[in-house]
Amino acid sequence: MKQNSAAERLVNGLIKENPTFVLMLGMCPTLAVTTSAINGLGMGLTTMVVLALSNMFISLLRKIIPDKVRIPAFIVIIASFVTVVELLLKAFIPFLYDALGLYIPLIVVNCIILGRAEAYASKNGVVLSLFDGIGMGLGFTFALTVIGAIRELLGAGEFFGLRIMPESYVPCSIFILAPGAFFVLAGLTAIQNKIKLAGERKGKDMSKIQSGCNLDCAGCGEKGCSRRLTDNVKEKEGNNG
Amino acid sequence: MSDLMKVSSNPHIRSKVTTSNIMLAVVIALLPAAGFGIYNFGLDALILILITVATTVLTEYLYELAMHKKVTIGDFSAVVTGLLLALNLPSSAPWWIGVIGGIFAILVVKMLFGGLGQNFMNPALGARCFLLISYTSIMCNFECDAYSGATPLASLKAGEEVNLLNMVIGKTGGTIGETSMIAIIIGACFLLLLGIIDLKVPGSYLLSFILFLILFGGHGFDPVFISAHLAGGGLMLGAFFMATDYVTRPVTKKGQYVYGIVLGLLTGIFRIFGPSAEGVSYAIILGNLLVPLIEKLTMPKAFGKGGERA
Repeated sequence: MKQNSAAERLVNGLIKENPTFVLMLGMCPTLAVTTSAINGLGMGLTTMVVLALSNMFISLLRKIIPDKVRIPAFIVIIASFVTVVELLLKAFIPFLYDALGLYIPLIVVNCIILGRAEAYASKNGVVLSLFDGIGMGLGFTFALTVIGAIRELLGAGEFFGLRIMPESYVPCSIFILAPGAFFVLAGLTAIQNKIKLAGERKGKDMSKIQSGCNLDCAGCGEKGCSRRLTDNVKEKEGNNG
Repeated sequence: MSDLMKVSSNPHIRSKVTTSNIMLAVVIALLPAAGFGIYNFGLDALILILITVATTVLTEYLYELAMHKKVTIGDFSAVVTGLLLALNLPSSAPWWIGVIGGIFAILVVKMLFGGLGQNFMNPALGARCFLLISYTSIMCNFECDAYSGATPLASLKAGEEVNLLNMVIGKTGGTIGETSMIAIIIGACFLLLLGIIDLKVPGSYLLSFILFLILFGGHGFDPVFISAHLAGGGLMLGAFFMATDYVTRPVTKKGQYVYGIVLGLLTGIFRIFGPSAEGVSYAIILGNLLVPLIEKLTMPKAFGKGGERA
């Protein structure tokens, strides 16, 4: 697959750099709202809409936004879209709005969105950024739905609200409480790592499935995503001196 | 050739005490409590104990087999975990409660953190709290053929009269192994005489708990109220068998006193101010989590490093 094509961006967000299982971003909504599959799906799709739109707009404005105030500028754009989505949800899907509650406004500070704006949209073209946002959003939706489905199945014996476990099954209610979220997330991440290690042992190239930056940690200070931050610090020090 | 010296690095003097010796002694010390529980609650209790112990041992065996590790079920630590967990279950619990609890205790709390000596929390108590949160109605159902109604602690919390003599002997409702203070004390004395446990943790635990009761219990210095609190619930079992767990208590002497006092205060807070009547298991696992901090604060100074600089 061609590097940096629209399709590659989608696969990248869904599998290679899955924001939840690989990048470990956006843990707060991941752990808090996945008490059922429908909540996970709703939260994922809501985030995906915001992510795709904000990525697109940030990419459009990337040459206008001055480097030094880029974070506040990104936040303003993201917050605007979150407000739009929140009002739409409240008007048209009120049950989801009630279920997600406080976590909708908190999408503003979801680190996946700011992370993609900083790492991808502010450096790449509009179409690619849009697809990057959709890919990441799909990955997030997939992860949240799976976590929510497992927690709902074990903790309530249901799947999307339908009772599918046998009558004799006594729901293990810890799974729809906070500790269950940690158990399920840890278990799924362990399975993901197991698959990765097994693939490496067979000699497949697994280097793509790794932490978000494609650089090793040692060189990150100079080349990686923290470069811009350190540059700014140096500038400041220079000014002070 | 026999007069050749054997050259080896230290330690040169080894004691005969091994992990399996200690664990076997703990199993023997738990037998009076288990035996009384079976006498008290009947065959259900025996079956539940056997299922739970079998599950813990089997889980450890299968995990070590699957992970290609040395099989360590011979050290009896899984038996101790299973027995302690079973003694913390109500006799009315269905068989699968023992199975789920046993698997959680060994697999999640113990083996995933590296096996014996590496777990940060008492496996039996971790599993008990897991079950208590997941299956509250089953775990709090102390109704059985012999007894009905509230446990002594619950009646005490509701301000009703309790029969102190029955509580000390153990003829009350409750989990399988917690009811009889006498049976637990017999087992604890056995361990104390062998030197496997000492009174640092249980002593400071019980004393600080009594002090808390006198100050905040609402009854002042009332010997009946205090004895009922000591004999009721899992306090004795917790203080002598779970708080003294080598792995999850502090290693420093001072730290063990601090740990005991923390447990006493937490148990007092949970029992007096909390919504439920019992709080020993939560107190001990919270105490377990504080152990690294306690050890850090009470680390003794190495010889030659001491002396405060002015």
